[in-house]
Amino acid sequence: MRKNKIYFIYIIPALVFIIVFVYVPIVQNFYFSMFKMNSYTDEWTFVGLNHYLNIVKDPIFYTALKNNTLYAVFSIIFQVGFGLFLAILIDSKFVGKRLKVVFRNIYFLPSLISITAVALMFYFIYNPNIGMLNGFLDLLGLSEWKTAWLANPNTAIYSVIAMSQWQYTGYIMVLLLVAIQKIPRDLYEAAEIDGATEFQKAFYITIPGIKGMLVATSIITVIGSFKLFTEIYVTTGGGPYNTTQVLGTYMYRSAFLFDEMGYGSAVAVIIFIITFVTSLIQIKLSKKRNKG
Amino acid sequence: MQKKSMKFYINKTWINVLLWILVAIVIYPLFWIFINSLKTNTDLFVNTFNIPTDPLFSNYVDAWNMGLSGYFLNSIIVGVISILATITIGAFCAYGLSRLQSKWKMMIYYLIIGGLLLSPQSALISLYRILESLNIYNTYLAMILPYIAFRLPFAIFLMHTYFMDFPKELEDSALIDGCNTFTTFTKIVLPISKPILSAISIMTAIFVWNEFLFAMVFLEDSGLYTIPIGLYNFKDALATNWTALLAGIIIATIPIIVLFLFMSKSFIRGLTEGSVKG
Repeated sequence: MRKNKIYFIYIIPALVFIIVFVYVPIVQNFYFSMFKMNSYTDEWTFVGLNHYLNIVKDPIFYTALKNNTLYAVFSIIFQVGFGLFLAILIDSKFVGKRLKVVFRNIYFLPSLISITAVALMFYFIYNPNIGMLNGFLDLLGLSEWKTAWLANPNTAIYSVIAMSQWQYTGYIMVLLLVAIQKIPRDLYEAAEIDGATEFQKAFYITIPGIKGMLVATSIITVIGSFKLFTEIYVTTGGGPYNTTQVLGTYMYRSAFLFDEMGYGSAVAVIIFIITFVTSLIQIKLSKKRNKG
Repeated sequence: MQKKSMKFYINKTWINVLLWILVAIVIYPLFWIFINSLKTNTDLFVNTFNIPTDPLFSNYVDAWNMGLSGYFLNSIIVGVISILATITIGAFCAYGLSRLQSKWKMMIYYLIIGGLLLSPQSALISLYRILESLNIYNTYLAMILPYIAFRLPFAIFLMHTYFMDFPKELEDSALIDGCNTFTTFTKIVLPISKPILSAISIMTAIFVWNEFLFAMVFLEDSGLYTIPIGLYNFKDALATNWTALLAGIIIATIPIIVLFLFMSKSFIRGLTEGSVKG
C-alpha cells in the first residue's frame, strides 16, 4: 500500500498540468462569456447571455457556420470518400508491391508539411498574376476562367477548401489503407474461389471490414473542420468581405482585433460545444465497435 | 483464362494511370514552388514554369539570414523541451495509473483522457489571461506549458494502453531483486517501451512544428517566433522579395520530411494508434 502512495505521486504532475492549462481555461471561458470586458481596463460588466443573443443576430456568424459546414462536407467526400477509393485501388492486385509503398508515401507527403507552409504555397499558386493555376488555365486555352482565386468572394472559400483536400486526402487514405491491410487475407481468397468480382470484394469485405475506421476518420474530419483556423488566417484572413470567416477566425477577430474578449469567449463556447459533442459521438461509436 | 487476363490488363492500366496522375497533382505544386525558389524576382514575373538555367541558391541564404535561422532555433528549443516534458511527465503518470489500486483510479483516468475532447481554440482567450497573470506571456514558457498540457492526454492514453499489456512477471522479478518502483520503471519498463515513446515524440514534434494559433496569440516579440508564425511574418516582411519567401517555405518543410524518411514506421504507428489530426 505504500507503493500506492508513490503511484499517486507519479500521477500528480500530469494531472496538475492538465487541470491548470486545459480544464481551468475552458471552464473560465463559460464565465467570461457572460461579461463585457477588454484587455486595457479591469472593468467588467455582467451581461448574462447577451453575447449569445448578439451572436445569433450577426450574419458573419452564419457565414462562419456555413463555411465550417462546407469544409466538413467537402472533406468527408474527398478525404474519406475518395480516400477510401484510392486505398482500395492501392491495396488491389493491380498495383505492384513496391508501387504500393511509393504511392502511399507520396500521397502522405503533403500532410507532413506545416499548414502555414502549405497555405503560403497556395497563396502563390492562386496568385492572379504569376500563380500556377492561372498559368495552367492559359496553357489549356481557358484564359476566361482565370480569376483572383483568393480575392474573389465566389471562389475564395472553395479555393481554401481545395487546398486542404490536396493536403489531407493522402493522410486519411493511409489510415484507411492500414485498416484494410489488417483484414484477414483468407476472406478475399475465399471470395475469389467463389468467383467474386473486385467490386463485390470491395463492397462485401473491405468496406464492412473497416467500418470502424471509416466512422473514426469521418469524425476526425468533421472535428478538424470545426477547429479550422490557420488555413483561413494565412490565405485570406477571413476576407474578402468576411466571406471566408470560420468560427475560429471569427472568435480571434472578436477577442483580439476588436478587443471584445467576452464576445470572443462566447464564440469559443460555441466551438467547444460543437467539437465536444462530436468527440463524444466518436467515443460512443468506437466503444460500440470494440464490443461488437 | 485468356479473356480474364485481358480484363486484368485493362484494369491494371487505368488504375496505374490514375494513380500516377495523382502523384503528379501532389508533386507538381511542390516542384513548382521549388523551381521558383531558385529564380530572381524578375525571372519569377516573366515565366513561372521554366526551370532556371542558372539556379540562384542565394535565395536560401537570404531567407536563412533574414530571420529564419532564429525561428528555426526557437522551434527546436520549444520542440525539444515540449517533447522531453511530455514524455517524462506522461510516462510517469501512465505508469502510475496502470499500477495504481484505488477507487479514484477510473475517475483520474477519465479526467485525463477527457482532455482529448477539449479543443485548444476554446481555451485560447482564458489561457491568454492566465499566462499574463503568471507573468509568462511572451516567453518560451507561454508556448511550452500549454503545448505540454494539450499533448499529455493523448500521450498518457497511448502509454497507459501500452503499460497495461506489459508482462507483470518481469516487474515482479525486478522488485524481488531489490529494485524499487522508480528503478523498475526506468530500468525495465521504459527501455522496452521505446516504440511507443518514439511515436509520441514524433507526433509532439509535428505538433510543435505546425502550431500556429497559440504561438501567434501568446507571443509579441518576433525574436521568440517559431517557424509557422515566423513564416507568416515573412509574407509581409518580404513583400517584394517573393523568391526568398518561397525558399523559406522549402527550408521550413525539409526537417519533418527528413524525419519521415528515417522513421516512417514510427510515423505510421503514431498515426494509426492516435488518429488525431493536427
